[in-house]
Amino acid sequence: MSRQSILEAIRKNKPETIAAPAPYSSVKSDTDTITAFRTSVERAGGTVQQLSSRNEIAAAVQQHYPQASIVADFVHHPSNSHQNLLHDAASIEVTVLEGQLGVAENGAIFLHESDCVNRALPFITHNLVLVLDKSKLVHDMHDAYATIDTMKEGFGVFIAGPSKTADIEQSLVIGAHGAKSLLVLLA
Amino acid sequence: MSFTHTSHPKAAAEFVQNTNRMNWHDEALWFIRTKRDRIAQTVPDWELLRQQASEIKAHTLSKLDTYLQQFEENAIANGVTVHWAADAAEHNAIVLKLLQKVGATKIVKSKSMLTEECHLNPFLEKQGIEVVDTDLGERIVQLRNEPPSHIVLPAIHIKKEEVGQLFHEHLGTKKGSADPQYLTNAAREHLRQKFLAADAAITGVNFAVAETGGFVVCTNEGNADLGAHLAKLHIACMGIEKVIPQTKDLGVFLRLLARSATGQAITTYSSHFVKPAPGAEMHIVIVDNGRSTQLGREDFRNSLKCIRCGACMNTCPVYRRSGGHSYHNAVAGPIGAILAPNIDMKEYADLPFASTLCGSCTDVCPVKIDIHNQLYKWRQVLTREGHAPAAKKAGMKMMASVLASPKKFSFSGKMARRMLRWFPKLAVNGTLNPWGRQRELPKVPDQSFREWYKQHKKETK
Repeated sequence: MSRQSILEAIRKNKPETIAAPAPYSSVKSDTDTITAFRTSVERAGGTVQQLSSRNEIAAAVQQHYPQASIVADFVHHPSNSHQNLLHDAASIEVTVLEGQLGVAENGAIFLHESDCVNRALPFITHNLVLVLDKSKLVHDMHDAYATIDTMKEGFGVFIAGPSKTADIEQSLVIGAHGAKSLLVLLA
Repeated sequence: MSFTHTSHPKAAAEFVQNTNRMNWHDEALWFIRTKRDRIAQTVPDWELLRQQASEIKAHTLSKLDTYLQQFEENAIANGVTVHWAADAAEHNAIVLKLLQKVGATKIVKSKSMLTEECHLNPFLEKQGIEVVDTDLGERIVQLRNEPPSHIVLPAIHIKKEEVGQLFHEHLGTKKGSADPQYLTNAAREHLRQKFLAADAAITGVNFAVAETGGFVVCTNEGNADLGAHLAKLHIACMGIEKVIPQTKDLGVFLRLLARSATGQAITTYSSHFVKPAPGAEMHIVIVDNGRSTQLGREDFRNSLKCIRCGACMNTCPVYRRSGGHSYHNAVAGPIGAILAPNIDMKEYADLPFASTLCGSCTDVCPVKIDIHNQLYKWRQVLTREGHAPAAKKAGMKMMASVLASPKKFSFSGKMARRMLRWFPKLAVNGTLNPWGRQRELPKVPDQSFREWYKQHKKETK
């Protein structure tokens, strides 16, 4: 183990202590968070639909994915009701999960491990629907980290749009390895 | 995949042979640079953010030992095993041992420039372990048996028709098809099988947070997550400079990273790994490999602030027209040229000279590394240590002697004017002076300014 020698080399070579900067206070945009959030999600390749009540979730999912036969809705149902689907998670067509918080500046939605039901689920599902309470929108990433403890559980993730790549000649392709589409339902 | 040594000027000369391709490469990178500019301009406090990021990194580097220990302690408390590697060989040995312990033979790997730096893939392959790079660009270069040419866009040098041919040979796609959507989908199907069958996943680390022991990995494709969550063993490899003090510092860095890298507001996935999943193992390998030495070089210490966004490459007029492979190092471009000589001065002595010192890299760097100053300083160090190219050294010596003596200066000026009148092509002769290959000199004046001034003064008296 080189632990000791590495730490000693660092101690020998590091400069004198430089103070940490004062906590950052960001300049907030004056656009309202719902409009900004919607624009950001769309720019990231996702779709946003505003619901007037949470009762509309199932209908919205049905409307957006009329062909899907394997739908794992963990928002409307207790999280153990679809456990059998997780055994063959790779074949789930649509997964519906609840987000903790949304960030207006970039469209990212945070999920704790418990929101993911299973860590792999938001990534392996072919299409992802995230339900988010309108009151849980914040301006920027600083507000996000001030609002929730992202390291509270074993895993957590900010998701902004569907998976994508531009690795072939800079052509944007939606649907790399993760979800091919993202629908955000603002309730 | 490792590099064979060809010096930058020689490799670049080959790259520019094909003008159309060079221009295509140049424009692809400039397109990303303009995307970065557009999105940076939408953030009103962009410059303050850069300053904050730079100061957080400066602070962290000054207490790096403390933060690494704090990170280690918290990671262990989270149930993660922490390993330390002094160099590439130790890093590779640790990874191999972990894989062998669980009998892993099929590995999926997401992007990690550190494992490129350590040449982990060829090392594991020699041991009979299959390593599949899962980032689409990395998979493309892996199938071509090439190293990545860019840290964020590994296959930026490859045309879609070439990817089409490659996938036709390896993945059985239709011959002649070069549609990115179709090819990406073929890779998705191919790699899903690899993810589902993998025994272990190797990922890089974008940020390691001292106060929690957690770490963040950013991808657009979701490949790091699919690998890490589906396999029973997750090994995350990080350089010692990846640690930051607090979770809230991530707010600063995540706002800068993707905007600087690709002009996106944030990557699709910013995953926070804290504890292993029930029944799974998580390991972190903390690697020095020359970084603590760089920490001791006052002039080059700031290069350790780098968050690997690649903005300096996208903007660099030399990188754009010479391609990443011409830098013969895992990290190419301006930042690579200040990191590489730290590891091996002789091997990478050509890199700090692969720059016009225009300073564009410094202007776009999200953590305000003074890249062009460091390139200039490396030139001085390398020349002092005797690593400058012989022709350059001889030329510099002659120039120094001429410029140090007014007599010699005036005499050589006179000689040059005379010679160039007689042999106008002499100074731009490509064999004697490589600088002259694509250049013409203006018409040679009849007299020097000094001579003109003397004469003029006499006449006006």
